Amino acid sequence: MYNFLTGPGLCLSIGICLIGLLVRGVWYVKGLNWQLDRVAYTAHPKAGIKGAVRSIVFWILPFGTRSWRAQPFMALLFYTFHIGVICIPLFLEAHQMILQEKLGLSFALLNQNLADILSWGVIISAVFLLLRRIALPEVRILTTKHDYVVLFLSVAPFITGLICRYELGNDSFWLLAHIISGEMLLIAVPFTKLSHILLFFMSRAQLGMDFGIKRGGMKGKGLTW
Amino acid sequence: MPEGTLCNKNPIQTQEALKTLLSDTRGKKYYEEMKSIEVDSRLLWDTINKTFHSRMRTWLEICAHCGLCADSCFFYRIHNRDPKQVPAYKIQSSLGEIIRRKGNVDNKFMWMAMETAWAKCTCCNRCGLYCPHGIDMGVMFSYLRGLLYQQGFVPWELKIGAGMHRLYHAQMDVTDEDFVETFKWMAEEYQEDYPGLSIPIDNVGADIMYTVNAREVKHYPEALAEAAILFHLAGENWTIPSSGWEQTSLAMFAGDWEACKMQVEHVYAAMERLRPKRMVGTECGHAHRATVVEGPYWAGRKDGKPPVESLHYVEWVAEALRTGKLKIDPSKRIKERITLQDSCNYVRNHGLKEITREIIGYIVEPGYFVDMAPNRDHNYCCGGGGGLNGIGIFREQRNKALITKRDQIIKTGATLVLAPCHNCWDAIRDIEKEYRIGIRWSFLKSLLIDMVEIPEHLKLNE
Ligand code: HEM
Ligand code: SF4
Ligand code: SF4
Repeated sequence: MYNFLTGPGLCLSIGICLIGLLVRGVWYVKGLNWQLDRVAYTAHPKAGIKGAVRSIVFWILPFGTRSWRAQPFMALLFYTFHIGVICIPLFLEAHQMILQEKLGLSFALLNQNLADILSWGVIISAVFLLLRRIALPEVRILTTKHDYVVLFLSVAPFITGLICRYELGNDSFWLLAHIISGEMLLIAVPFTKLSHILLFFMSRAQLGMDFGIKRGGMKGKGLTW
Repeated sequence: MPEGTLCNKNPIQTQEALKTLLSDTRGKKYYEEMKSIEVDSRLLWDTINKTFHSRMRTWLEICAHCGLCADSCFFYRIHNRDPKQVPAYKIQSSLGEIIRRKGNVDNKFMWMAMETAWAKCTCCNRCGLYCPHGIDMGVMFSYLRGLLYQQGFVPWELKIGAGMHRLYHAQMDVTDEDFVETFKWMAEEYQEDYPGLSIPIDNVGADIMYTVNAREVKHYPEALAEAAILFHLAGENWTIPSSGWEQTSLAMFAGDWEACKMQVEHVYAAMERLRPKRMVGTECGHAHRATVVEGPYWAGRKDGKPPVESLHYVEWVAEALRTGKLKIDPSKRIKERITLQDSCNYVRNHGLKEITREIIGYIVEPGYFVDMAPNRDHNYCCGGGGGLNGIGIFREQRNKALITKRDQIIKTGATLVLAPCHNCWDAIRDIEKEYRIGIRWSFLKSLLIDMVEIPEHLKLNE
């Protein structure tokens, strides 16, 4: 079981995740239509690229936009959550060992203390994201079951991972649970809202091009995000 | 009843149809019929499959349901943070639901969608600036309006407006003759004060071709005179087209894309015919959006640009002041607390945010200008955008929607509001009418007329 999950199982879930995302990305671009979207995507490449890059960069920068600054608490949750969910899977020492074993390569490592902090950060911010969903009427009205499922899928590998890390309970059971939840997450990515891992960049670039090419990007300094 | 005699899926294409609909005061019978017309779900779903592609599909799908867009919408704020006014909720419960049900929605649903698309959103696109995923609900509401229009669920005034564009190439029953005659008449009226004032009609190769809003012709002819006088004083080589002079598009507010295309192609044809160096449009926001920003796409122009470079009136004024073509008499500069309305349609949606402030620098005595907060790209809609100003059945919602702007203006302490946009101008007039906050409001032209210096050679010989 363990061998299957860390061998073919892992490859399969990573494959589904990456290929799935690739397909979604290709479909996204293919579905763009200059006339229906009313954006001359290819006619003004310079303005388009500038608009796209600005639209992505300002939104990735912590407190880089008016919207983030207007909601500092939410911004804090968002960044704490996302730094963890992105860095831990890629840079945790234990994960790197698997990579080293399989591909013979490894890159930057997280030291254990930092990794602990980031993981706790994910769990704590997830709890607050959950509470926020329940407590704030403007978020509650938007929330569907899908949102809870996605949030749960996203934090499950972190909860199980920390249980292994602190060796609470049956080691091999929790290790299996960790691997399974991680692989479930990977598989879910292309089929759920988690596809935003890629589509966030697509969507932001698209709106950036819209403003950059059509809605004023070529008149003066461009939009203040 | 599948279709009504007044309320149906057919656009207005004949004078009779237009007259009949107009004679139905306030759309009484029209809305009565709307209560029982049928939804053609097949048509709805077919249209969606043809026109609803990755950008909007992705928007609806990846929406994180995070609610960050809530506070960005002025409707949400003035309705005591009613969750039903959150942009993401409004679009998910209307357009999103139509997609989920594959077009199988009923009459009642369409009523709700109509109210959502026209009375709970002015397509100001502000929410698009506040969503982390770059989801622009204004764009989607505009799309939804198109679906609703196709099914006959469109406010009475906008059905008429779109019909006017189809029949007159103008938002009102103003013919080409009316336009030319009115412009000429206005020039005659002012010739005594401005010797040599004339209206160049259909001059080929002029530096500027001027286009207007039909209601200036019908209700505010002085606006035409003022434009003529300012071009005259600035020594511009300008002209008006005898046809293709209407820049506005109520068809855009109605979601009648076919009429949008017809309307804008008519203006472009005038550009092709007269080959001016540039086009300048009057002080109207949605007209600029329709003819300069969105129009090229309706007309299928791949570079997304009109046939000749096209300016909003404020761009021309700023340039004329900068280059000294127009000179302000320093003693006549405004010495009254004044604020400025940033129109969504050419500020947030066309980047003209600094240019209006440049103009302020010339015409207002330092210390008298106070900006609203927020302003520029982030300014709030006047409350009457997207056609809401003119929709009778949603008057109550519109009047409430004015509150945001009212409070923004009150906070500046200004007694004069500069509104270089017909829609904003109306909304601000109605703020005073409804709430009596003690303000005056003005276009740029009428302020400039009183302030510009008359060059020696154009002066009246007394
Ligand atoms: C480059 C990568 C990513 C980017 C740019 C990104 C961006 C975003 C954005 C803009 C939001 C909406 C704002 C919010 O609700 O906080 C969001 C929400 C979310 N993201 Fe990501 N994300 C990324 C990767 C991930 C990954 C790897 C996961 C999970 C493993 C994830 C899980 C989530 C979840 C669960 C939410 C919803 C949070 C809530 O319930 O409010 N994201 N992401
Ligand atoms: S801010 Fe964007 S992602 Fe969040 S609920 Fe609103 S539309 Fe959806
Ligand atoms: S476009 Fe403007 S009015 Fe419409 S939902 Fe967004 S913020 Fe509200």
